[in-house]
Amino acid sequence: MSVLSLRPTRRPVPGVFVALGITLAIGWLVVMLDGGQLFNQSTTVSLLHVAAGLGLVAVGQTLVILGGSLDLSVAYVISLSTLVAAEAMNGSDGALLPAVGLALTVSAAVGLLNGLLVTKLRINAFIATLGVGLLLKGYLDNGYDGPAGSTSPGLVQTLGYQRIGPVPLSFLLLVAVTAACWFALNRTRFGHHLVAVGGDPEVARLSGVRNDRVLVVAHVLCSLCAGLAGIYLASRLGSGAPRVGTEGLYDLESIAAVVIGGTALAGGRGGVIGTLGGVLLLASIDAIFNQLEVDAFFRQVIRGAIIIAAVAVYARRAMRKADV
Amino acid sequence: MSDRQVPLLALRGISKSFFGVRVLDGVDLDVAPGEVHAVVGENGAGKSTLMKIVSGGYAPDGGTVEFAGQPRVFGGPRDAQRAGIGIIHQEFNLLPERTVAENVYLGHEPKRRGLVDRRQMLSRTRDLLATIGETALPADAVVGRLGVAQQQVVEIAKALALDARLLIMDEPTAALADHEVELLYGLVRRLQRQGIGLLYVSHRLTEVFDLSDRITVLKDGRRVRTMPTAEATAEDLVRQMVGRELSSYYPDRAAAEDVGAVRLSVRGGGNRKLRDIDLDLRAGEVLGIGGLQGSGRSALARALFGVEPFTTGVVTIDGTPTRLRSPRAATRAGVAYVSEDRKGEGIAARQSVLDNALLASRAVFPARSGRAARTVRVRELLAAVEVRSAGDDQEIRFLSGGNQQKVVLARWLALDPLILLFDEPTRGIDVGAKSAIHDLVRRLARAGAAVLMISSELPELLGMSDRMLVMRDGRVAGELPAGATEEDVVALAVGTVREAAA
Repeated sequence: MSVLSLRPTRRPVPGVFVALGITLAIGWLVVMLDGGQLFNQSTTVSLLHVAAGLGLVAVGQTLVILGGSLDLSVAYVISLSTLVAAEAMNGSDGALLPAVGLALTVSAAVGLLNGLLVTKLRINAFIATLGVGLLLKGYLDNGYDGPAGSTSPGLVQTLGYQRIGPVPLSFLLLVAVTAACWFALNRTRFGHHLVAVGGDPEVARLSGVRNDRVLVVAHVLCSLCAGLAGIYLASRLGSGAPRVGTEGLYDLESIAAVVIGGTALAGGRGGVIGTLGGVLLLASIDAIFNQLEVDAFFRQVIRGAIIIAAVAVYARRAMRKADV
Repeated sequence: MSDRQVPLLALRGISKSFFGVRVLDGVDLDVAPGEVHAVVGENGAGKSTLMKIVSGGYAPDGGTVEFAGQPRVFGGPRDAQRAGIGIIHQEFNLLPERTVAENVYLGHEPKRRGLVDRRQMLSRTRDLLATIGETALPADAVVGRLGVAQQQVVEIAKALALDARLLIMDEPTAALADHEVELLYGLVRRLQRQGIGLLYVSHRLTEVFDLSDRITVLKDGRRVRTMPTAEATAEDLVRQMVGRELSSYYPDRAAAEDVGAVRLSVRGGGNRKLRDIDLDLRAGEVLGIGGLQGSGRSALARALFGVEPFTTGVVTIDGTPTRLRSPRAATRAGVAYVSEDRKGEGIAARQSVLDNALLASRAVFPARSGRAARTVRVRELLAAVEVRSAGDDQEIRFLSGGNQQKVVLARWLALDPLILLFDEPTRGIDVGAKSAIHDLVRRLARAGAAVLMISSELPELLGMSDRMLVMRDGRVAGELPAGATEEDVVALAVGTVREAAA
């Protein structure tokens, strides 16, 4: 091994941003040939709104996946959060803060449950969070037929629709949450320990990391992010919506965004910046297809192909690394 | 070492049994500050168990552990770490995706105002590396990109970051290349000068003589002797470690008339890990493959079984050129392979004994004969190799290592293979089952199979082989006849003699 290759290594910019650039360039060109315009105010705004909702969930998802876990209950947590928030607000600005607090508390409690099932009962994360998700689904299906509650006008006007230039407030919220998570991962013991647990639980344990505690915290943070996404969606819709999470496919899409962003599904490698790129990539594809008025089924095919291609690229890279 | 010093570590009368089998019996051992105390013994002598007791992995059944003058009872590895005992395992406990500093300080990252102080973490790691003379290793390099020797340095730094005063090194050179061993020597001496005590476990006598101040020989769980290195000779040590005549322990070798025609031959075989492999394997013989870990021994077996096939050269089986492109192709050509990684590649842990034994037949020759007949035959084979289980339907993971290995053997015997590749067939297997497997291997050869057997245990390699090839750096370094000595093998393996071909 030569000294040269030991050069201090900054973790490289995830390839997803290259893909994002290329996608936007091609999209811009194709939309232009089609006679439209990709980067006008309204498309940009709606792109960023889509990214904000998915992004909040995906950033949280990144944390649990980095720790070697997974959360399939996020879609139901989102729906639940919209309802809790909207019903507690009941159309009044006065109840805004308590309602937000309540929605987040409920979400965090679900995360706590997920985390305890995964760590203390040693239930596989896939099954544990799926089970918790189905529990929530039962509650939602049983209690609600359609929209309920009413979001406070203050929240709708700010988080829902306010923007600075073309950038919605909600997207800034996403940027702030991403920055906070980046900071937590890179500058706190919790973050270092989380990545270690995902990388090799045994190494982490023998180094004195309290694996269970770290994973529970990650699950709580993940659900909090989903709860936040729910509050945002409630501010967009003006009410609580019992199926908004599942219909938006937030569970699988968030995992897809994480993986496209270069985080290893097995844990231990990756980060929230890449996830942000993955979210923007998925949102851009949506925006481009919207402009081109592409058939909805065909869209799904393309999205599927992109996810598979992204994972294949990462797998090849990992293989090449292993060869060295 | 001087007697004036209080020993850093004092073990008195340490005993330990597993399932009624006594693994350690009344072992005493001292390590002084700044002393390198080597522990030698054959596999199964109890070295690893003793090290695990010192490092908190096991609690002893009897005896006391005193560290720095105080009696200690460690609840687990973390207790021992906190007390100042670090252990460097053969397999590293590192996160390949993280940097050197992140690994060294994992679990106790320096903090400033509640946050991880990266600058301090880096500078402390640099200081730590500097005190052990490893200034060339950047503290912010990603560990996965480092060589094995450098990763070992990171492991040592990690132990020192916890203020270890006693370091246990378990076969530290097993994974290292020659020139890296020299680096380790230097490092050990620097640690010694800082007053750190070292327990050095190795079966490589050269290292033991080069590095240690005292040597303790373990045999069958007892301490045979502790002596200053200056007073020991290699012959004494080997006699004390083995304590028996080698040849009597292994089945008789093949007589000249038993060895038949060339069954498998390779000419100019090569792939990513191998170069210029020429070999002939004859019916009726056991060809031993020696060499250090990573020298290409396993790569050779894996190439012959089509796991990582040869990309160049010609393989001939019974005179017919054959391409062994996949394990399936190799199996069809009559090759069987018992992997060194029994847990990972040998057994399907949660399946039954019978399913495991039928695995290869079912996969490769789906409908060769009636299903019932095949099952009957495999049950007979399982009985013939004397698998001890609660029944053929028991999950294989509940069997002992030796019995698992017998099931794996039965799996291949069911296919009547002509060529058998054994990679460390007796690793992690108790003594009784070991000789049963040795007998079985020899019986197969006598029945006309061509056997290639890899072993890291020199007595086994020398005792079993009719002739030996020793590998180094992906090539065959030389061939040795039956009756060669351990020194001959080691000399070829480490390259102290120039082989004719080079």
